[in-house]
Amino acid sequence: MYTTEMSKNPARPAAPSEAPELVAAFEARVANDEFIEPKDWMPEAYRKTLVRQISQHAHSEVVGMLPEGNWISRAPSLRRKAVLLAKVQDEGGHGLYLYSAAETLGTSRDQMIEALHTGKAKYSTIFNYPTLTWADIGAIGWLVDGAAIMNQVPLQRTSYGPYARAMVRVCKEESFHQRQGFEITMKLAAGTPEQKAMAQDALNRWWWPSIMMFGPPDDNSPNTAQSVRWRIKRETNDELRQKFVDVTVPQAEAIGLTVPDPDLKWNEERGHYDYGAIDWDEFWAVVKGEGPVAKERVKARIDAWEKGAWVREAALAHAAKQASRRQKEAANG
Amino acid sequence: MANEPNTQTANEWPLWEVFIRAKHGLSHRHAGSVHAPDGEIALRHARDTYTRRMEGVSIWVIRSSDVVASDPGSAGPTFEPAESKVYRHPTFYVVPDYIKHI
Ligand SMILES: [Fe+2]
Ligand SMILES: [Fe+2]
Repeated sequence: MYTTEMSKNPARPAAPSEAPELVAAFEARVANDEFIEPKDWMPEAYRKTLVRQISQHAHSEVVGMLPEGNWISRAPSLRRKAVLLAKVQDEGGHGLYLYSAAETLGTSRDQMIEALHTGKAKYSTIFNYPTLTWADIGAIGWLVDGAAIMNQVPLQRTSYGPYARAMVRVCKEESFHQRQGFEITMKLAAGTPEQKAMAQDALNRWWWPSIMMFGPPDDNSPNTAQSVRWRIKRETNDELRQKFVDVTVPQAEAIGLTVPDPDLKWNEERGHYDYGAIDWDEFWAVVKGEGPVAKERVKARIDAWEKGAWVREAALAHAAKQASRRQKEAANG
Repeated sequence: MANEPNTQTANEWPLWEVFIRAKHGLSHRHAGSVHAPDGEIALRHARDTYTRRMEGVSIWVIRSSDVVASDPGSAGPTFEPAESKVYRHPTFYVVPDYIKHI
């Protein structure tokens, strides 16, 4: 997921220098469902974990524009094009809300962007897969945004105020993303045999990466307990994954597509679908940047940043000139 | 989100706080922040970032560094004095039921 812990040795326990009464008061507030605001005291580990999680989330939104942006000029109709443009613009907005939230924790926009470009910061593994056909745009909206919604809805009540507020805004915009994707897939599935095959092929390629988005199984995520206590994470990876599988499988069936998992079957006793084994080696390889288009994604970000440098500098120079002119006028005035 | 620690790098666009009036008759409310070199561009960025769905009819932007905020550490001394002054609320005063329109 956008917020999956992807470093193998993240948050350390409370720093010994932190006053125990401050830590206790903080824990009590969080346990009491209160929100923590930027200037409130917080443990260093909480701050660091949040900076990592929120910036990774922001990077995922921003890098997430690339696979879809790839299809804007080739959308099959003006309607689809307008919709895709609006969707991609929303994702850019999501990145901005989240960068701002992370900045309240004492990091800067430039620092975060540099961490992305040098590979120090991660982003969701899902965006390291290529978008080969128009049906992939349907699959991304339906599955990837669908999975993102599962993850983000509970974060509207996360303990850090600015993050929670950003999530409220994001969630409001997200459901259109999923519905437009499902609509694309549904139309293709009801189309010619070739169109239906295209939709099935996209589902085949995106299904496993989508359910991997929720991150490694719970017994393999050592920090889950602390993050759940801090309300940075509200449900475990496996709980969210199960929810996603349970709602998505009937949607696929309803439009005549087959989820590419031979072990998938309804478990009456559990009241959930059982699903097949996930290839976690692939997941960790993609985290390390071995995804099919990982290099291309980061390069596209770096190129955009570098090519835009002169604009940023010129705008600053212009602002400085205007400010000094105003100052002179005031002095003479 | 008025920011404390100033971590802005030398050529980073400064941060602005964005306030939006959702509709006429309501006051402006804090919506978030944007980076911009000056006020004019901050307004444009605020429009693109926070009003893509008709969320507003008016926008204010203000440099984050110009916001003066109360200190959460002294929230007690700042706000507690109001706590003991219940007589500032109408329910403090007992009026018999047979007195109407008061
Ligand atoms: Fe998003
Ligand atoms: Fe989205």
